[in-house]
Amino acid sequence: MLKMVMSRPEKHRMYLKQLFYEIENLGVNSVGIVVIISIFIGGIMTIQFAYALMNPLYPSYLIGLATRDTLLLEFSSTMLALIMAGKIGSNITSEIGSMRVTEQIDSLEIMGINSASYLIMPKIIAVVFIFPFLYIISVFFGILGGLVTGPLTGTITLPEYVDGIKTIFVPYYATFSIIKSLVFGFLVASVPAYFGYYVQGGALDVGKASTQAVVNTNILILFFDLILTRLLLT
Amino acid sequence: MIEIKNVCKSFDGNEVLKNVSIVFEKGKTNLIIGRSGSGKTVMLKCILGLFDIDSGEIWYDDRNFTAIGQKERKKMRQEIGMVFQGGALFDSISVEGNVRFPLDMFTRMSFKEKQQRVEFCLSHVNIDKKAYKLSPSEISGGMKKRVAIARAIALNPRYLFCDEPNSGLDPETSTVIDQLLIDLTKEFEMTTIINTHDMNSVIEIGETIFFLNKGEKEWVGTNREVLNSNNPHLNDFIFANKLYALMRRDNNPV
Repeated sequence: MLKMVMSRPEKHRMYLKQLFYEIENLGVNSVGIVVIISIFIGGIMTIQFAYALMNPLYPSYLIGLATRDTLLLEFSSTMLALIMAGKIGSNITSEIGSMRVTEQIDSLEIMGINSASYLIMPKIIAVVFIFPFLYIISVFFGILGGLVTGPLTGTITLPEYVDGIKTIFVPYYATFSIIKSLVFGFLVASVPAYFGYYVQGGALDVGKASTQAVVNTNILILFFDLILTRLLLT
Repeated sequence: MIEIKNVCKSFDGNEVLKNVSIVFEKGKTNLIIGRSGSGKTVMLKCILGLFDIDSGEIWYDDRNFTAIGQKERKKMRQEIGMVFQGGALFDSISVEGNVRFPLDMFTRMSFKEKQQRVEFCLSHVNIDKKAYKLSPSEISGGMKKRVAIARAIALNPRYLFCDEPNSGLDPETSTVIDQLLIDLTKEFEMTTIINTHDMNSVIEIGETIFFLNKGEKEWVGTNREVLNSNNPHLNDFIFANKLYALMRRDNNPV
Protein backbone atom coordinates (compact mmCIF):
# COMPACT_ATOMS: atom_id res chain seq x y z
CA MET A 1 0.00 0.00 0.00
CA LEU A 2 2.85 2.38 0.82
CA LYS A 3 4.07 2.16 -2.77
CA MET A 4 0.63 3.28 -4.00
CA VAL A 5 0.49 6.01 -1.36
CA MET A 6 3.89 7.43 -2.26
CA SER A 7 3.32 7.49 -6.02
CA ARG A 8 3.32 10.74 -7.99
CA PRO A 9 0.23 12.91 -7.43
CA GLU A 10 -2.09 13.59 -10.39
CA LYS A 11 -2.25 17.27 -9.58
CA HIS A 12 0.06 18.77 -6.95
CA ARG A 13 -2.21 21.73 -6.22
CA MET A 14 -5.12 19.47 -5.24
CA TYR A 15 -2.89 17.40 -2.96
CA LEU A 16 -1.53 20.56 -1.34
CA LYS A 17 -5.08 21.77 -0.72
CA GLN A 18 -5.88 18.41 0.85
CA LEU A 19 -2.71 18.61 2.97
CA PHE A 20 -3.69 21.98 4.47
CA TYR A 21 -7.16 20.62 5.16
CA GLU A 22 -5.69 17.61 6.98
CA ILE A 23 -3.26 19.74 9.00
CA GLU A 24 -6.25 21.68 10.27
CA ASN A 25 -8.58 18.71 10.65
CA LEU A 26 -6.16 16.26 12.27
CA GLY A 27 -3.56 18.59 13.77
CA VAL A 28 -4.93 21.97 14.75
CA ASN A 29 -8.18 20.45 15.97
CA SER A 30 -6.20 18.20 18.35
CA VAL A 31 -4.44 21.08 20.12
CA GLY A 32 -7.31 21.63 22.57
CA ILE A 33 -7.39 18.08 23.88
CA VAL A 34 -3.57 17.97 24.05
CA VAL A 35 -3.54 21.14 26.17
CA ILE A 36 -6.25 19.85 28.55
CA ILE A 37 -4.65 16.41 29.01
CA SER A 38 -1.17 17.87 29.47
CA ILE A 39 -2.22 20.43 32.10
CA PHE A 40 -4.00 17.77 34.15
CA ILE A 41 -1.28 15.14 33.82
CA GLY A 42 1.42 17.73 34.64
CA GLY A 43 -0.50 18.69 37.77
CA ILE A 44 -1.21 15.09 38.81
CA MET A 45 2.41 14.05 38.29
CA THR A 46 3.63 16.93 40.45
CA ILE A 47 1.35 15.87 43.33
CA GLN A 48 2.34 12.20 42.94
CA PHE A 49 6.07 12.96 42.80
CA ALA A 50 5.69 15.18 45.86
CA TYR A 51 4.02 12.27 47.64
CA ALA A 52 6.68 9.76 46.53
CA LEU A 53 9.59 12.10 47.39
CA MET A 54 8.25 13.08 50.80
CA ASN A 55 11.46 11.90 52.47
CA PRO A 56 13.35 14.97 53.84
CA LEU A 57 16.57 13.50 52.45
CA TYR A 58 15.39 14.25 48.92
CA PRO A 59 15.74 17.86 47.83
CA SER A 60 12.33 19.33 46.94
CA TYR A 61 13.49 20.57 43.54
CA LEU A 62 13.47 16.88 42.46
CA ILE A 63 9.66 17.17 42.11
CA GLY A 64 9.96 19.74 39.32
CA LEU A 65 12.85 17.87 37.73
CA ALA A 66 10.99 14.55 37.73
CA THR A 67 7.85 16.15 36.30
CA ARG A 68 9.85 17.86 33.54
CA ASP A 69 11.86 14.78 32.57
CA THR A 70 8.82 12.48 32.60
CA LEU A 71 7.00 14.88 30.32
CA LEU A 72 10.04 15.32 28.07
CA LEU A 73 10.97 11.66 27.81
CA GLU A 74 7.77 9.68 27.87
CA PHE A 75 4.45 11.38 28.45
CA SER A 76 4.45 14.08 25.77
CA SER A 77 5.78 11.72 23.12
CA THR A 78 4.61 8.16 23.84
CA MET A 79 1.54 8.66 26.03
CA LEU A 80 0.32 11.46 23.86
CA ALA A 81 0.82 9.29 20.75
CA LEU A 82 -1.29 6.56 22.40
CA ILE A 83 -4.04 9.08 23.10
CA MET A 84 -3.80 10.53 19.59
CA ALA A 85 -3.99 7.02 18.12
CA GLY A 86 -7.46 6.95 19.64
CA LYS A 87 -8.50 10.39 18.46
CA ILE A 88 -6.75 10.81 15.11
CA GLY A 89 -6.44 7.09 14.30
CA SER A 90 -10.11 6.27 14.73
CA ASN A 91 -10.98 9.41 12.75
CA ILE A 92 -8.79 8.30 9.84
CA THR A 93 -10.07 4.70 9.81
CA SER A 94 -13.71 5.69 10.01
CA GLU A 95 -13.36 8.41 7.37
CA ILE A 96 -11.55 6.22 4.83
CA GLY A 97 -13.58 3.14 5.77
CA SER A 98 -16.87 5.00 5.24
CA MET A 99 -15.59 6.19 1.88
CA ARG A 100 -14.81 2.58 0.99
CA VAL A 101 -18.21 1.15 1.94
CA THR A 102 -20.11 3.99 0.24
CA GLU A 103 -18.13 3.45 -3.00
CA GLN A 104 -16.49 6.90 -2.85
CA ILE A 105 -13.07 5.25 -3.21
CA ASP A 106 -14.28 3.31 -6.27
CA SER A 107 -15.57 6.59 -7.60
CA LEU A 108 -12.09 8.16 -7.29
CA GLU A 109 -10.50 5.15 -8.97
CA ILE A 110 -12.93 5.28 -11.89
CA MET A 111 -12.09 8.95 -12.38
CA GLY A 112 -8.48 7.85 -12.81
CA ILE A 113 -7.29 9.13 -9.44
CA ASN A 114 -4.90 7.10 -7.28
CA SER A 115 -7.25 6.95 -4.29
CA ALA A 116 -4.64 5.58 -1.87
CA SER A 117 -2.29 8.42 -2.65
CA TYR A 118 -4.93 11.16 -2.69
CA LEU A 119 -6.58 10.09 0.56
CA ILE A 120 -3.66 8.77 2.60
CA MET A 121 -0.52 10.71 1.65
CA PRO A 122 -1.80 14.12 2.84
CA LYS A 123 -2.90 12.53 6.13
CA ILE A 124 0.51 10.94 6.77
CA ILE A 125 2.40 14.13 5.93
CA ALA A 126 0.00 16.24 8.02
CA VAL A 127 0.27 14.03 11.11
CA VAL A 128 4.07 13.60 10.87
CA PHE A 129 4.36 17.38 10.47
CA ILE A 130 2.04 18.27 13.36
CA PHE A 131 3.24 15.69 15.93
CA PRO A 132 6.48 17.47 16.98
CA PHE A 133 4.43 20.64 17.53
CA LEU A 134 1.92 18.73 19.64
CA TYR A 135 4.86 17.33 21.60
CA ILE A 136 6.23 20.82 22.32
CA ILE A 137 2.77 22.11 23.26
CA SER A 138 2.26 19.13 25.57
CA VAL A 139 5.59 19.61 27.37
CA PHE A 140 4.89 23.32 27.83
CA PHE A 141 1.39 22.87 29.21
CA GLY A 142 2.38 19.83 31.30
CA ILE A 143 5.05 21.87 33.06
CA LEU A 144 2.56 24.71 33.41
CA GLY A 145 0.05 22.30 34.96
CA GLY A 146 2.61 21.34 37.62
CA LEU A 147 3.53 24.96 38.13
CA VAL A 148 -0.07 25.85 38.92
CA THR A 149 -1.10 22.69 40.81
CA GLY A 150 2.05 22.32 43.01
CA PRO A 151 1.85 25.69 44.79
CA LEU A 152 -1.97 25.65 44.76
CA THR A 153 -2.18 22.34 46.61
CA GLY A 154 0.72 23.25 48.87
CA THR A 155 2.84 20.28 47.77
CA ILE A 156 5.71 22.45 46.55
CA THR A 157 6.51 26.15 46.45
CA LEU A 158 6.76 28.00 43.17
CA PRO A 159 10.53 28.78 43.46
CA GLU A 160 11.28 25.13 44.32
CA TYR A 161 9.32 23.89 41.31
CA VAL A 162 10.95 26.41 38.95
CA ASP A 163 14.33 25.48 40.41
CA GLY A 164 13.61 21.82 39.65
CA ILE A 165 12.60 22.59 36.08
CA LYS A 166 15.91 24.39 35.46
CA THR A 167 18.12 21.76 37.14
CA ILE A 168 20.21 19.33 35.05
CA PHE A 169 18.40 19.97 31.79
CA VAL A 170 19.52 17.59 29.03
CA PRO A 171 18.56 19.03 25.60
CA TYR A 172 19.07 15.62 23.98
CA TYR A 173 15.93 14.37 25.78
CA ALA A 174 13.91 16.76 23.65
CA THR A 175 15.72 15.73 20.44
CA PHE A 176 15.16 12.07 21.29
CA SER A 177 11.46 12.62 21.90
CA ILE A 178 10.98 14.67 18.74
CA ILE A 179 12.51 11.79 16.75
CA LYS A 180 10.07 9.46 18.53
CA SER A 181 7.12 11.74 17.80
CA LEU A 182 7.98 11.73 14.07
CA VAL A 183 7.94 7.92 14.04
CA PHE A 184 4.74 7.79 16.12
CA GLY A 185 3.12 10.36 13.82
CA PHE A 186 3.78 8.08 10.88
CA LEU A 187 2.29 5.10 12.74
CA VAL A 188 -0.77 7.03 13.93
CA ALA A 189 -1.64 8.01 10.35
CA SER A 190 -0.54 5.02 8.29
CA VAL A 191 -1.82 2.06 10.35
CA PRO A 192 -5.42 3.36 10.69
CA ALA A 193 -5.37 4.42 7.03
CA TYR A 194 -4.47 0.84 6.07
CA PHE A 195 -7.35 -0.58 8.13
CA GLY A 196 -9.78 1.95 6.70
CA TYR A 197 -8.68 1.51 3.09
CA TYR A 198 -9.10 -2.26 3.10
CA VAL A 199 -12.32 -2.47 5.12
CA GLN A 200 -15.09 -4.59 3.58
CA GLY A 201 -18.76 -4.69 4.45
CA GLY A 202 -20.84 -1.99 6.12
CA ALA A 203 -20.97 0.45 9.02
CA LEU A 204 -20.42 -2.29 11.60
CA ASP A 205 -17.22 -3.38 9.86
CA VAL A 206 -15.98 0.22 9.79
CA GLY A 207 -16.45 0.32 13.57
CA LYS A 208 -14.58 -2.97 13.99
CA ALA A 209 -11.77 -1.78 11.71
CA SER A 210 -11.53 1.41 13.73
CA THR A 211 -11.08 -0.53 16.98
CA GLN A 212 -8.55 -2.89 15.38
CA ALA A 213 -6.64 0.08 13.98
CA VAL A 214 -6.35 1.79 17.37
CA VAL A 215 -5.29 -1.42 19.14
CA ASN A 216 -2.65 -2.23 16.51
CA THR A 217 -1.35 1.33 16.41
CA ASN A 218 -0.97 1.34 20.21
CA ILE A 219 0.96 -1.93 20.17
CA LEU A 220 3.22 -0.66 17.40
CA ILE A 221 3.82 2.63 19.23
CA LEU A 222 4.94 0.76 22.35
CA PHE A 223 7.07 -1.61 20.31
CA PHE A 224 8.82 1.24 18.49
CA ASP A 225 9.16 3.14 21.76
CA LEU A 226 11.12 0.22 23.13
CA ILE A 227 13.33 -0.04 20.03
CA LEU A 228 13.99 3.71 19.80
CA THR A 229 14.74 4.01 23.51
CA ARG A 230 17.20 1.15 23.23
CA LEU A 231 18.81 2.60 20.12
CA LEU A 232 18.92 6.28 21.02
CA LEU A 233 19.09 6.49 24.77
CA THR A 234 21.44 3.76 25.93
CA MET B 1 -19.11 1.47 -28.53
CA ILE B 2 -17.97 -0.99 -25.91
CA GLU B 3 -17.48 -4.62 -26.78
CA ILE B 4 -16.75 -7.45 -24.40
CA LYS B 5 -15.53 -10.71 -25.90
CA ASN B 6 -15.66 -14.09 -24.16
CA VAL B 7 -15.25 -12.62 -20.69
CA CYS B 8 -14.87 -15.03 -17.79
CA LYS B 9 -14.53 -14.09 -14.15
CA SER B 10 -14.52 -16.24 -11.05
CA PHE B 11 -13.99 -15.72 -7.34
CA ASP B 12 -12.41 -18.57 -5.36
CA GLY B 13 -13.45 -21.10 -7.99
CA ASN B 14 -17.01 -19.76 -8.18
CA GLU B 15 -17.63 -18.78 -11.81
CA VAL B 16 -19.56 -15.51 -11.84
CA LEU B 17 -19.24 -14.62 -15.54
CA LYS B 18 -19.20 -17.47 -18.06
CA ASN B 19 -17.84 -16.61 -21.47
CA VAL B 20 -19.95 -13.48 -21.90
CA SER B 21 -19.81 -11.55 -25.20
CA ILE B 22 -21.82 -8.34 -25.61
CA VAL B 23 -21.71 -5.24 -27.83
CA PHE B 24 -22.92 -2.01 -26.20
CA GLU B 25 -23.79 0.49 -28.91
CA LYS B 26 -22.97 4.18 -28.98
CA GLY B 27 -25.80 6.69 -28.53
CA LYS B 28 -28.05 4.07 -26.97
CA THR B 29 -29.09 3.19 -23.45
CA ASN B 30 -27.85 -0.37 -22.97
CA LEU B 31 -29.46 -2.11 -20.02
CA ILE B 32 -28.10 -5.12 -18.19
CA ILE B 33 -30.84 -6.87 -16.27
CA GLY B 34 -30.96 -10.00 -14.17
CA ARG B 35 -31.71 -11.33 -10.73
CA SER B 36 -29.59 -10.40 -7.73
CA GLY B 37 -26.39 -12.44 -7.91
CA SER B 38 -26.62 -12.96 -11.68
CA GLY B 39 -23.29 -11.19 -12.22
CA LYS B 40 -24.47 -7.72 -13.33
CA THR B 41 -22.37 -5.68 -10.91
CA VAL B 42 -19.33 -7.92 -11.41
CA MET B 43 -19.65 -7.42 -15.16
CA LEU B 44 -19.88 -3.66 -14.75
CA LYS B 45 -16.84 -3.63 -12.48
CA CYS B 46 -14.94 -5.82 -14.97
CA ILE B 47 -15.73 -3.42 -17.81
CA LEU B 48 -14.58 -0.51 -15.62
CA GLY B 49 -11.37 -2.33 -14.72
CA LEU B 50 -12.17 -2.47 -11.00
CA PHE B 51 -11.96 -6.27 -11.27
CA ASP B 52 -9.39 -8.03 -13.45
CA ILE B 53 -10.99 -10.58 -15.75
CA ASP B 54 -9.75 -14.18 -15.93
CA SER B 55 -9.97 -14.37 -19.73
CA GLY B 56 -11.48 -12.52 -22.68
CA GLU B 57 -11.19 -8.97 -23.96
CA ILE B 58 -12.85 -5.63 -23.32
CA TRP B 59 -12.78 -3.05 -26.11
CA TYR B 60 -13.60 0.65 -25.80
CA ASP B 61 -14.13 1.57 -29.47
CA ASP B 62 -10.80 0.61 -31.06
CA ARG B 63 -8.84 0.35 -27.79
CA ASN B 64 -8.30 -2.97 -26.07
CA PHE B 65 -8.81 -2.06 -22.40
CA THR B 66 -7.48 -5.41 -21.19
CA ALA B 67 -4.19 -5.06 -23.07
CA ILE B 68 -3.22 -1.49 -22.16
CA GLY B 69 -1.04 -0.54 -19.18
CA GLN B 70 -2.12 1.10 -15.95
CA LYS B 71 -0.99 4.56 -17.09
CA GLU B 72 -3.06 4.48 -20.28
CA ARG B 73 -5.96 2.94 -18.40
CA LYS B 74 -5.87 5.81 -15.92
CA LYS B 75 -5.92 8.32 -18.76
CA MET B 76 -8.81 6.49 -20.44
CA ARG B 77 -10.84 6.65 -17.26
CA GLN B 78 -11.20 10.39 -17.77
CA GLU B 79 -13.49 9.48 -20.67
CA ILE B 80 -15.69 7.44 -18.33
CA GLY B 81 -18.51 8.72 -16.14
CA MET B 82 -19.97 6.55 -13.43
CA VAL B 83 -23.13 6.86 -11.37
CA PHE B 84 -23.04 4.59 -8.34
CA GLN B 85 -26.02 3.02 -6.63
CA GLY B 86 -25.80 5.33 -3.62
CA GLY B 87 -24.46 8.28 -5.59
CA ALA B 88 -20.99 8.01 -3.97
CA LEU B 89 -20.77 11.77 -3.59
CA PHE B 90 -17.86 13.06 -1.51
CA ASP B 91 -19.30 13.94 1.91
CA SER B 92 -16.72 16.55 2.77
CA ILE B 93 -17.45 18.83 -0.18
CA SER B 94 -20.54 20.69 -1.36
CA VAL B 95 -22.81 19.77 -4.26
CA GLU B 96 -21.00 22.12 -6.65
CA GLY B 97 -17.65 21.02 -5.20
CA ASN B 98 -18.49 17.44 -6.13
CA VAL B 99 -19.19 18.39 -9.74
CA ARG B 100 -16.11 20.64 -9.86
CA PHE B 101 -13.86 17.92 -8.43
CA PRO B 102 -13.03 16.12 -11.73
CA LEU B 103 -12.52 19.50 -13.41
CA ASP B 104 -10.10 20.57 -10.66
CA MET B 105 -8.26 17.30 -10.97
CA PHE B 106 -7.93 16.93 -14.70
CA THR B 107 -8.35 20.27 -16.46
CA ARG B 108 -6.48 23.53 -16.68
CA MET B 109 -9.68 25.58 -16.84
CA SER B 110 -9.87 28.89 -15.00
CA PHE B 111 -12.14 29.09 -11.98
CA LYS B 112 -14.74 30.99 -14.01
CA GLU B 113 -14.74 28.36 -16.77
CA LYS B 114 -15.05 25.59 -14.23
CA GLN B 115 -17.93 27.38 -12.53
CA GLN B 116 -19.70 27.75 -15.88
CA ARG B 117 -19.25 24.05 -16.57
CA VAL B 118 -20.52 23.14 -13.09
CA GLU B 119 -23.62 25.30 -13.60
CA PHE B 120 -24.16 23.78 -17.05
CA CYS B 121 -24.03 20.23 -15.70
CA LEU B 122 -26.16 20.93 -12.64
CA SER B 123 -28.79 22.80 -14.64
CA HIS B 124 -28.92 19.85 -17.08
CA VAL B 125 -29.99 17.61 -14.21
CA ASN B 126 -32.42 20.24 -12.88
CA ILE B 127 -30.62 21.07 -9.65
CA ASP B 128 -31.71 24.40 -8.25
CA LYS B 129 -29.00 27.00 -7.58
CA LYS B 130 -30.03 27.09 -3.92
CA ALA B 131 -28.69 23.55 -3.53
CA TYR B 132 -25.22 24.28 -4.93
CA LYS B 133 -23.66 25.09 -1.56
CA LEU B 134 -25.37 22.28 0.36
CA SER B 135 -23.47 19.20 1.43
CA PRO B 136 -24.55 15.78 0.08
CA SER B 137 -26.02 14.85 3.46
CA GLU B 138 -28.44 17.76 3.19
CA ILE B 139 -30.08 16.73 -0.09
CA SER B 140 -32.62 14.03 -0.94
CA GLY B 141 -31.85 10.64 -2.51
CA GLY B 142 -33.17 11.72 -5.90
CA MET B 143 -31.07 14.88 -5.84
CA LYS B 144 -28.00 12.87 -4.87
CA LYS B 145 -28.48 10.70 -7.95
CA ARG B 146 -28.89 13.78 -10.14
CA VAL B 147 -25.77 15.41 -8.69
CA ALA B 148 -23.93 12.12 -9.28
CA ILE B 149 -25.06 12.23 -12.92
CA ALA B 150 -23.91 15.87 -13.18
CA ARG B 151 -20.50 14.88 -11.78
CA ALA B 152 -20.33 11.92 -14.16
CA ILE B 153 -20.87 14.16 -17.22
CA ALA B 154 -18.61 17.01 -16.01
CA LEU B 155 -15.65 15.90 -18.11
CA ASN B 156 -17.86 15.26 -21.14
CA PRO B 157 -17.38 11.48 -21.07
CA ARG B 158 -17.75 9.15 -24.04
CA TYR B 159 -18.95 6.31 -21.85
CA LEU B 160 -21.50 6.50 -19.03
CA PHE B 161 -22.06 3.71 -16.52
CA CYS B 162 -24.92 3.56 -14.03
CA ASP B 163 -25.30 0.97 -11.30
CA GLU B 164 -28.92 0.69 -10.19
CA PRO B 165 -29.67 4.40 -10.76
CA ASN B 166 -33.24 4.04 -9.49
CA SER B 167 -32.72 1.99 -6.36
CA GLY B 168 -34.38 3.53 -3.33
CA LEU B 169 -36.24 6.17 -5.36
CA ASP B 170 -39.99 6.71 -5.68
CA PRO B 171 -41.54 5.89 -9.09
CA GLU B 172 -41.90 9.55 -10.08
CA THR B 173 -38.27 10.42 -9.33
CA SER B 174 -37.19 7.19 -11.04
CA THR B 175 -38.94 8.32 -14.22
CA VAL B 176 -37.13 11.68 -14.03
CA ILE B 177 -33.77 9.93 -13.66
CA ASP B 178 -34.58 7.54 -16.54
CA GLN B 179 -35.57 10.41 -18.82
CA LEU B 180 -32.43 12.28 -17.85
CA LEU B 181 -30.22 9.33 -18.71
CA ILE B 182 -31.80 8.80 -22.11
CA ASP B 183 -31.71 12.55 -22.92
CA LEU B 184 -28.03 12.87 -21.94
CA THR B 185 -27.13 9.74 -23.91
CA LYS B 186 -28.69 11.20 -27.07
CA GLU B 187 -27.42 14.74 -26.52
CA PHE B 188 -23.78 13.80 -25.86
CA GLU B 189 -23.73 10.67 -28.09
CA MET B 190 -22.45 8.54 -25.22
CA THR B 191 -22.29 4.78 -24.86
CA THR B 192 -24.45 4.29 -21.80
CA ILE B 193 -24.56 1.08 -19.80
CA ILE B 194 -27.15 0.79 -17.06
CA ASN B 195 -27.33 -1.98 -14.53
CA THR B 196 -30.86 -2.36 -13.23
CA HIS B 197 -33.65 -4.61 -12.10
CA ASP B 198 -36.20 -1.86 -12.15
CA MET B 199 -38.85 -3.01 -14.62
CA ASN B 200 -40.14 0.52 -15.24
CA SER B 201 -36.65 1.52 -16.45
CA VAL B 202 -36.51 -1.57 -18.65
CA ILE B 203 -39.75 -0.57 -20.35
CA GLU B 204 -39.01 3.19 -20.42
CA ILE B 205 -35.41 3.36 -21.63
CA GLY B 206 -34.30 -0.15 -22.60
CA GLU B 207 -33.16 0.46 -26.17
CA THR B 208 -31.00 -2.62 -25.94
CA ILE B 209 -31.50 -5.07 -23.10
CA PHE B 210 -29.14 -7.85 -22.05
CA PHE B 211 -30.50 -10.45 -19.68
CA LEU B 212 -27.91 -12.17 -17.52
CA ASN B 213 -28.71 -15.40 -15.74
CA LYS B 214 -26.21 -17.24 -13.54
CA GLY B 215 -23.32 -15.45 -15.23
CA GLU B 216 -24.45 -16.16 -18.79
CA LYS B 217 -25.99 -13.86 -21.38
CA GLU B 218 -29.34 -15.52 -22.03
CA TRP B 219 -31.30 -12.98 -24.00
CA VAL B 220 -30.80 -9.78 -26.04
CA GLY B 221 -33.61 -7.54 -27.26
CA THR B 222 -35.40 -4.23 -26.91
CA ASN B 223 -38.06 -2.88 -24.57
CA ARG B 224 -40.63 -3.67 -27.28
CA GLU B 225 -39.66 -7.34 -27.27
CA VAL B 226 -38.96 -7.98 -23.62
CA LEU B 227 -42.59 -8.70 -22.67
CA ASN B 228 -43.03 -11.21 -25.45
CA SER B 229 -39.93 -13.31 -25.06
CA ASN B 230 -39.93 -17.10 -24.95
CA ASN B 231 -37.02 -17.32 -22.54
CA PRO B 232 -38.42 -18.94 -19.37
CA HIS B 233 -35.82 -17.37 -17.04
CA LEU B 234 -36.46 -13.90 -18.45
CA ASN B 235 -40.20 -14.41 -18.12
CA ASP B 236 -39.78 -15.56 -14.51
CA PHE B 237 -37.79 -12.39 -13.86
CA ILE B 238 -40.19 -9.99 -15.56
CA PHE B 239 -43.52 -11.49 -14.63
CA ALA B 240 -42.59 -11.82 -10.98
CA ASN B 241 -44.16 -8.36 -10.98
CA LYS B 242 -47.91 -9.04 -10.94
CA LEU B 243 -48.70 -5.89 -12.89
CA TYR B 244 -46.71 -7.09 -15.89
CA ALA B 245 -48.16 -10.59 -15.53
CA LEU B 246 -51.67 -9.13 -15.66
CA MET B 247 -50.74 -6.96 -18.63
CA ARG B 248 -49.50 -10.01 -20.50
CA ARG B 249 -52.59 -12.01 -19.58
CA ASP B 250 -54.88 -9.22 -20.76
CA ASN B 251 -52.66 -8.69 -23.80
CA ASN B 252 -52.31 -5.00 -23.00
CA PRO B 253 -49.74 -3.02 -24.95
CA VAL B 254 -47.13 -1.17 -22.86
